[in-house]
Amino acid sequence: MDNQVKMRAENVDFFYGKTQALKNVNLDVYAHKVTAMIGPSGCGKSTFIRLFNRMNELVPHTVLSGRIFLDDLEINSRLVDAVDIRRRVGMVFQKPNPFPKSIFENISYGLKVNGIKDRDFIEQKVEDSLKKAAIWGEVKDRLKDSALRLSGGQQQRLCIARCLAVETEVILFDEPCASLDPISTAKIEELILELKKDYSIVIVTHNMQQAARVSDYTGFFLLGELVEFGKTQEIFTAPRDKKTEAYITGRFG
Amino acid sequence: MCMGVTLLCLGSIIYFITSRGFRVLSWGFLTQAPYAAMTKGGIAPVIVGTLYITLGAIIIALPLGLACAVYLCEYSPKSFVVNIIRISINNLAGVPSVVFGLFGLAVFVKFFGFGVSILSGSLTLGILALPMIISSAQEALLAVPQSIREASLSLGATKWETIRSIVLPTALPGILTGVILSIGRIAGETAPILFTAAAFYTRGYPKSIFSEVMALPYHIYALMTEGAHPEQQRMIAYGCSMVLLFMVLMISGIAIFLRQRQRSLHG
Repeated sequence: MDNQVKMRAENVDFFYGKTQALKNVNLDVYAHKVTAMIGPSGCGKSTFIRLFNRMNELVPHTVLSGRIFLDDLEINSRLVDAVDIRRRVGMVFQKPNPFPKSIFENISYGLKVNGIKDRDFIEQKVEDSLKKAAIWGEVKDRLKDSALRLSGGQQQRLCIARCLAVETEVILFDEPCASLDPISTAKIEELILELKKDYSIVIVTHNMQQAARVSDYTGFFLLGELVEFGKTQEIFTAPRDKKTEAYITGRFG
Repeated sequence: MCMGVTLLCLGSIIYFITSRGFRVLSWGFLTQAPYAAMTKGGIAPVIVGTLYITLGAIIIALPLGLACAVYLCEYSPKSFVVNIIRISINNLAGVPSVVFGLFGLAVFVKFFGFGVSILSGSLTLGILALPMIISSAQEALLAVPQSIREASLSLGATKWETIRSIVLPTALPGILTGVILSIGRIAGETAPILFTAAAFYTRGYPKSIFSEVMALPYHIYALMTEGAHPEQQRMIAYGCSMVLLFMVLMISGIAIFLRQRQRSLHG
């Protein structure tokens, strides 16, 4: 069972009002692998991963057709509660978005909404999550400080820790390094490779080197279509499609 | 230029009110009840009455206004009905205050039979404050970034948990500022309490929410238009004006302080 499918998109079409953002996308996300989505701005890659935790429902006037599975569960079925899906599929956003609360409360919030009340357990979990997100050393003496006082890179790692604390099965990264400097980016990439052991990971990125560095599988999106999907190595060394080749060699995008 | 005119207006108001009011101002003026047909004693029950009515109005308007703002900002789909509600709120804000007074007389005093009382006055002022509280709360809620709502939802929080634990605490300073400013507004309103709560003279302090009360704005009006000793009464009226003016300035000051503090926290 090397390549167990964790999430699957089947014939997905997605519309913002009358504008079609995704056209018949089929894609598998494998368990304990990093799957990267690359493509130029506006190609639908962010829209696509936001379907995996039903985030697009928050945007009015959107229509989804096709089916999306988490293991064997069809997540966009009316019978499934979006809250239950988001407890299994976490997300790290493009811009760091810590709550205007203390560092500790940022992490403990996810536990509290998931019904955990045991103080000792929460404290332990906050520490574990911050350690896993490689930020514990920097914040352990000021857990009561506002999270807004951290630097951008620290805030993003805090957001990752916040996501780790709820112990999801999948983590979606939506351009997590878009607003960060190279050093913070390197830290987060390292972290993603580390997290692969326990999570299935999907990452959207503008940065092709990043996709090549961290991912096992890569999908190339263009104008709402999944042009090519395969092992990262193959996509970057021997793309089958002319458009993929043109994009990764930097001829457009 | 504009600033000069504004400062000149504010400055001269403060100067004329204070210079006249100061003559009657003393510790006794603030802590004693009036006697000798309003020409002697202080205005303590009047200050207390104003506090009661204002507090009552906020207790009524705040939960209602907040619930309304949360519904409009967070829950309501953008529909025809919601637009009607928004337009109604804006119109409510434009209704002259004396109309609220007559409305209060017809509905709370007569129809519900609360009589001329703190309750009727608070309800009337509460309705007056409602649109102010709703619109300031709406503004504060809209200023909460969508990204932290998404962050909360993505952790598996329900919509209500997100609103209660993330959105409201973040918007709280903005909401409070609006509340305090509307306290300042309604504390000085005369017309709405004219027929619903205020009396020229009551013996001692109000005993229940069904008592008539004396209140500063109406007290000033009454001192200037009724009574048998216009000369002494006028001085007391200036004293009352000064107390009211400084109460309202103080309340606005607190609002500004809160807003500044919030800015520096989130800066």
